[in-house]
Amino acid sequence: MISGKAMKYGNNVNTDVIIPAKYLVLTLDPVELAKHAMESLDPLFSKKAQGGAIIVAGRNFGCGSSREEAPVALKHAGTKCVLAESFARIFYRNAINIGLPVLECPRISSKVEEGDELTVNLEAGVIENRSKNSTLQATRLPQFIMEILGDGGLIEHLRKQLK
Amino acid sequence: MNITEKILAKASGKKEVSPGEIVNAKVDMIMVNDLTGPLSVKTFRKIGVKKVWDNKKIVVDFDHLVPANSERAAELQRFMREFVKEQNIDHFYDIGRGGVCHQVMPEKGHVRPGELIVGADSHTCTYGAFGAFATGIGATDTAGVFATGALWLKVPSVIKVNVEGQFQSHVTAKDLILKIIGELKADGAIYKGLEFAGPTVRNMSIDGRMTMCNMAIEASAKNGIVEPDEITLNYVKERTNKSFQIVKNDPDVEYEKILDLDVTNMGSQVASPHSVDNVKPVSELGEVSINQAFLGSCTNGRIEDLRLACGLLKGKKVKDGVRMIVVPASQEIYLQALREGLLEIFLKAGAIVGNPTCGPCLGGHLGLLASGEVCVSASNRNFVGRMGSPKAYVYLASPATVAVSAVTGKITDPGQWRHNRR
Repeated sequence: MISGKAMKYGNNVNTDVIIPAKYLVLTLDPVELAKHAMESLDPLFSKKAQGGAIIVAGRNFGCGSSREEAPVALKHAGTKCVLAESFARIFYRNAINIGLPVLECPRISSKVEEGDELTVNLEAGVIENRSKNSTLQATRLPQFIMEILGDGGLIEHLRKQLK
Repeated sequence: MNITEKILAKASGKKEVSPGEIVNAKVDMIMVNDLTGPLSVKTFRKIGVKKVWDNKKIVVDFDHLVPANSERAAELQRFMREFVKEQNIDHFYDIGRGGVCHQVMPEKGHVRPGELIVGADSHTCTYGAFGAFATGIGATDTAGVFATGALWLKVPSVIKVNVEGQFQSHVTAKDLILKIIGELKADGAIYKGLEFAGPTVRNMSIDGRMTMCNMAIEASAKNGIVEPDEITLNYVKERTNKSFQIVKNDPDVEYEKILDLDVTNMGSQVASPHSVDNVKPVSELGEVSINQAFLGSCTNGRIEDLRLACGLLKGKKVKDGVRMIVVPASQEIYLQALREGLLEIFLKAGAIVGNPTCGPCLGGHLGLLASGEVCVSASNRNFVGRMGSPKAYVYLASPATVAVSAVTGKITDPGQWRHNRR
């Protein structure tokens, strides 16, 4: 179970906004990257996400570049999970591969407000909005993706497999 | 099955696949560049495998920040050179040997019809222009492919874009793909493939097809693809000595959706800030003054693009107060432009010609924007902060529109401009 406060964003949040290219060359250090996460969209993001947040977004979250630093920056800023109406596929893969859970949930933007207290059951794909006393059903993740997430990401998963 | 399905079936050793199915696909080639390579290699080291699965199937290309624009970039490039040496990777294109990765891959014969190619860069979808299935991946997926030579892929459903009609003069493949993205919207092809077909695409050069497939990702497509034909084979056969198996559509294949377009009356198109799907005809844009005009990138840094721009710039001057930056996409294109006298035309017009690199496209170097500045760019993204300041404005357009706008100092329809000069 994952619990946290909702931080809401709109449609087509792109990876240049999540982490601008100028920081990619500066560092591979996730903690440094995290300081700049989402800064051009929401300068207070890294402060607000500290201690655990759940991002709630509209369609096509993470579109654009293939930079894996995007989910890395979000994760290390404190994001526990991203819930969106849809995801850009490279971001989606990258997030799972680094162990950041992502769930596709139709119409979530209209069902959750900024600051709502959410609890996510990844296995069942069920999102409980405790502030609104409502539940939402997200698209459940396939078993092999649950296994990758369970291992903490693709690298740990491969290490196990290749042993 | 359509081409995309057939290639995925072949790569996963299956007779048949259908949309939604998840396959474990073997990779024919994988590419990393200087910006995505370091994290990929760092991640590969964590898997605990000493050697890559096949050093002949890996391409390492330096393009994003070349020559190194900072000490940090230099360190990362050295790190990548050490990896290339350690793993005995032959297909390594260092500074001065290649250029922009998506140009270098086909140019150096690493893209063949029917192959499955992945790359640690979102514009890897460019190679669909050659009838290959090509898609972008992140660093951890890349590390996984380095170790195993395979990755899971979901078979996408495919939207067919059927194009007919002849372009008006100075209307290009770039205008067409902008128009398509404007219609589909930024998430219109999410999880899906895009296949470009019809007489207009059949008559299109390889350069134009590459521009189309390159921007498939801007509609969030997994891949863009063009069924291979004589034009494809003429290009590929000259550049590779490796055998390949051409994959074509079965007769009467079904698509998730077919988008029909006729370009006969289509004018030049522009995508206004800050999204690629914010598209309208240049003639309807209104007055937009510019500070910078950029011609280059994996989208529009090819020889045809440079020729088109030079045809319009010859004997003209870039407007005072406007900076025009031209970046040929590869050493080969640079040399060809030199031989054809194109560089002279650019220089006499008051443009600068940079070395092959991604340059300002992703806000790396060679022409970043200050706050409040406006750039008309032949590149592929106009997101907030993409080319420098988050308070700058990027308009995406064709090489012809970029060239003409550099002369007039405002975003100008090349067809209208030519008409007025008669």
